[in-house]
Amino acid sequence: MSDAGTTMSSTASTSMLCARGLRKEYGKEAGLVRAVDEVDLDVAQAETVAIMGPSGCGKSTLLHLLGGLDRPSAGELWLAGQRIDGMSERALARLRREAIGFVFQAFHLMDELTAVENVELPALLAGRSPRAARRRAIGLLERVGLADRAKFLPSALSGGQRQRAAIARALANDPLVVLADEPTGNLDSEATLDVLRLFDTLHAAGQTLVVVTHDSRIAATADRLITMRDGAFIDETRLTGGTTGQLSALAGLDG
Amino acid sequence: MQQEVVLALLAKEPSHGYQLRARLVQALGPLGDAMNAGQIYVTLGRLEKAGLVACEQAAGVADRPDRKVYALTAAGQQRVAGWLSEVSWPKPDLAEFHLKLIAAAAARLADPVAMVDAQRRELLRRLRDAQRAAMAEPGRSDAGLLLEGIVLRLQADLRWLEACERNWTGRKDQP
Repeated sequence: MSDAGTTMSSTASTSMLCARGLRKEYGKEAGLVRAVDEVDLDVAQAETVAIMGPSGCGKSTLLHLLGGLDRPSAGELWLAGQRIDGMSERALARLRREAIGFVFQAFHLMDELTAVENVELPALLAGRSPRAARRRAIGLLERVGLADRAKFLPSALSGGQRQRAAIARALANDPLVVLADEPTGNLDSEATLDVLRLFDTLHAAGQTLVVVTHDSRIAATADRLITMRDGAFIDETRLTGGTTGQLSALAGLDG
Repeated sequence: MQQEVVLALLAKEPSHGYQLRARLVQALGPLGDAMNAGQIYVTLGRLEKAGLVACEQAAGVADRPDRKVYALTAAGQQRVAGWLSEVSWPKPDLAEFHLKLIAAAAARLADPVAMVDAQRRELLRRLRDAQRAAMAEPGRSDAGLLLEGIVLRLQADLRWLEACERNWTGRKDQP
């Protein structure tokens, strides 16, 4: 993760998401905090990357930078070969709406809108016809297993159902990348499994996904796991590959 | 296979060996795949010798093990009752790894933080396997519940490793 500069343009053009020397600072002089400190990241198309680290390590800030929700203090950012860190506010807002899907720990659904209205909203904002937006939203709700809850308000949905609706909403405009910030942070074990299953089908369908999480269950389903501490990446592990074949032993069955 | 498990399965009703095996496979899901078919008959044979199980040959068929019907004897029933009321829980094996880190650090033979990292990678791979198996189970299956237990234990181990890492990161410069 140290080859900044020379190889940047070629990597930037092949990665779905690419960061070079990304930095975010708060405060001044003695009070200066580097929440994100010279981060280089390449996320390939269709890859699932999990970023783990203790609270306050800068992982959420990094995700906000990657999604254009926040501006970096320094560094370069590319999405599908397009440089985005210097974009105008207007262009960035459009990019967030149309090319990036966000999933948050607290779901961030609109309380007064039904599930299907929440899911179709990004498509409407992007200028789709109401009919096309609705059709797409219903399809997405089916995909996340909530077809029968389309007309429910968020308050009538369980936490797991709300998060699945939020994931459907994130997919409304067929984003290049989905960015998820602690998506299972508020969910019980069973709802977590539902979200993991859903991410797994997205992964199989070729969706590029970056997840920031405390939850080792999500981390274990990623292709690649990055550990972050004090604003920087300190470890990277590839988890794909053969199985350990030790499940039975883990359950206390000796064959 | 633990003898008591087979005994306890027989408490429901007298059964053929293959019926017991089917119930085990159902309860264990993918974890039951490793269990070979002969194992249950070996266990039943031992239980019979110990007088905990009695067996009846189904009429008209020669001496084939899959034709036998097994039932609990009074002693077998007593053993099952005793086993069910026993409180037992496997001991977590944390001390060995803990002492490994301490010894490695004291002798400066290896970096404890790197050892923790290697251990974490291994646990994450296991968690990945368990997670995949759990995701493949239909909701609320018996086997899914067992897999959830494995997942939760691995998560607990991973949290302990985080604590190990914090501790040894702070102590890196000490002998």
